[in-house]
Amino acid sequence: MDHDRYDWSMLPRREKVTWPNGARVALWVVPALEWFPLDMKGQPFKPPGALQTAYPDLRHYTLRDYGNRVGIFRIMKALERHGIRASVAVNAAVALRYPALLKEITSRNWEILGHGLDMDHLHYEGMPDEKGVIEKSLSILGKVRGWLSPAKSESSKTLELLKEAGIDYVCDWVNDDMPYRMNNSLCSMPHSADIDDYQILVNNHHDEDEFRDQLADQFDLLYGESATQGGRIMAISLHPWVIGQPYRIGALEGALAHIMRHPGVWPATGAEILDAWKAGGAA
Amino acid sequence: MKRDPALYDYLPYARRPKIEWPGGARVAFWVAPNVEFYELEPPKNPSRAAWARPAPDVLNYSYRDYGNRAGFWRMAEVMDRCGMRGSVSLNVAVCEHHPEVIAACVERGWELYSHGTYNTRYLFNLSEDQERAVIQDSIDTIRRASGQKLDGWLAPALTYTERTLDLVAEMGLTYVCDLFHDDQPGPVKVKKGKLASIPYSLEMNDVIAYNVNLVAPRHYGEIIRRQFDRLYAEGEESGTVMCIPLHPYLIGQPYRLKAFEDALAYITGHDKVWLATGREIARHFIDHHYDAFAKASHPVRDL
Repeated sequence: MDHDRYDWSMLPRREKVTWPNGARVALWVVPALEWFPLDMKGQPFKPPGALQTAYPDLRHYTLRDYGNRVGIFRIMKALERHGIRASVAVNAAVALRYPALLKEITSRNWEILGHGLDMDHLHYEGMPDEKGVIEKSLSILGKVRGWLSPAKSESSKTLELLKEAGIDYVCDWVNDDMPYRMNNSLCSMPHSADIDDYQILVNNHHDEDEFRDQLADQFDLLYGESATQGGRIMAISLHPWVIGQPYRIGALEGALAHIMRHPGVWPATGAEILDAWKAGGAA
Repeated sequence: MKRDPALYDYLPYARRPKIEWPGGARVAFWVAPNVEFYELEPPKNPSRAAWARPAPDVLNYSYRDYGNRAGFWRMAEVMDRCGMRGSVSLNVAVCEHHPEVIAACVERGWELYSHGTYNTRYLFNLSEDQERAVIQDSIDTIRRASGQKLDGWLAPALTYTERTLDLVAEMGLTYVCDLFHDDQPGPVKVKKGKLASIPYSLEMNDVIAYNVNLVAPRHYGEIIRRQFDRLYAEGEESGTVMCIPLHPYLIGQPYRLKAFEDALAYITGHDKVWLATGREIARHFIDHHYDAFAKASHPVRDL
């Protein structure tokens, strides 16, 4: 590799992974609870979903916040129907602003992932006090094992700082369908930037039926592969302000109904999947 | 600049006082046609250019003008056939430029509320006095043109200052459509007065559907049905609001109208839907639910 964060490895040539109870696909649902400050600077780049108009952009500020007030509750209902627990990536600002929402999450025994301070605190080379930003985020969230940087942004120091802060796994790297161990012993989990409601519905302008079908197609292929290549992971990245709209939530419900109809689907949190992966000897 | 507009407290959708609409309706449904006037050569605002092309932007100007000349009339007929009154989001300068359009709204019993003076005059960077003058002009012009008291506000082209909502509340308006954080009404925290936020969906707005999300006309009809079905189902537990914001220059295009009419007839054909105006929804919410919502809300702390 041209850097030393991890070693290269080919997906088809690895040891087969086994999941608990002989499951074929681990289903990992990752909604992100985001807060975009009204005065956001968008440095060093505008994250997906950034505010757009001149100040004060009440339009985009409030539409993003819709996810935290309304949209996430439609996702909760859709997951509960199948007994699915999510790993929810939480900006520390959301945890501090909306403790009632955090209570809803912990009462469902969902996993919480660190997701930085807010959507205007990206990680980048030369950023001021990255260690402090990570420590502050984690001190607000409490003990978490997983981390998704806002906008999957990292500096060259992020992985080391996360490890020092006691994080087990990161969700920023989209180079695999399975977990892998990085050189500093952090694990990378395959959180997708592709199978993502914002990417498909907002960026690609595909409609809700397409989103449902793309989730089903992703699952069908991974499920098929698992017959010969060992356990697979289906990650679904969600933004409650996108998929949580009344006219869109049915697409998620339809995809989950398709997935959960199959035998051998194991809905789990990121930490549970990672532990099973480690226990299976593949690590 | 503020990090947080601090216009509302937190109230999770799952745990709220129950909203009961008149007649046991599950959804308060309203349609908000934006009747607008875009100037060919507007005064410049430092924060936003009015047109994509150098003046005169003939294509974009005439596209908007189509709404008042052709699209509006067709749209109004569709609404008549479905028994749906409009709540007009009005650039009040239309009262002087096109009194025929205003007369058509008034004779139908439609509500007029303010969408600023022109859609090419933005609130960005206005002084407090200038902004008060814009609001006062809306109050006076709508009273003169229709006899109606101005109750509602949607900032022109969704442009604001930090003071906008405080000022409209202080000057006697009762509701705003400027906050997109909810599918139910909610209290807005303003310095003076009692102001409600009434859901005005960006996602159902034909400008967002057609010009931003690039939705095809028949699919626009489909998402309107889906939006309604979900809010109707959820409205069994507690009343919801559905709004369809329209722009005659978009929805009034012949190739788009049929799919819209079918979707509108689908909604108005349900029995537990309250075919309302913005003013009526705001009045009911303020009289019956505002205080309970304010009391149940959680104050917000920032980093």
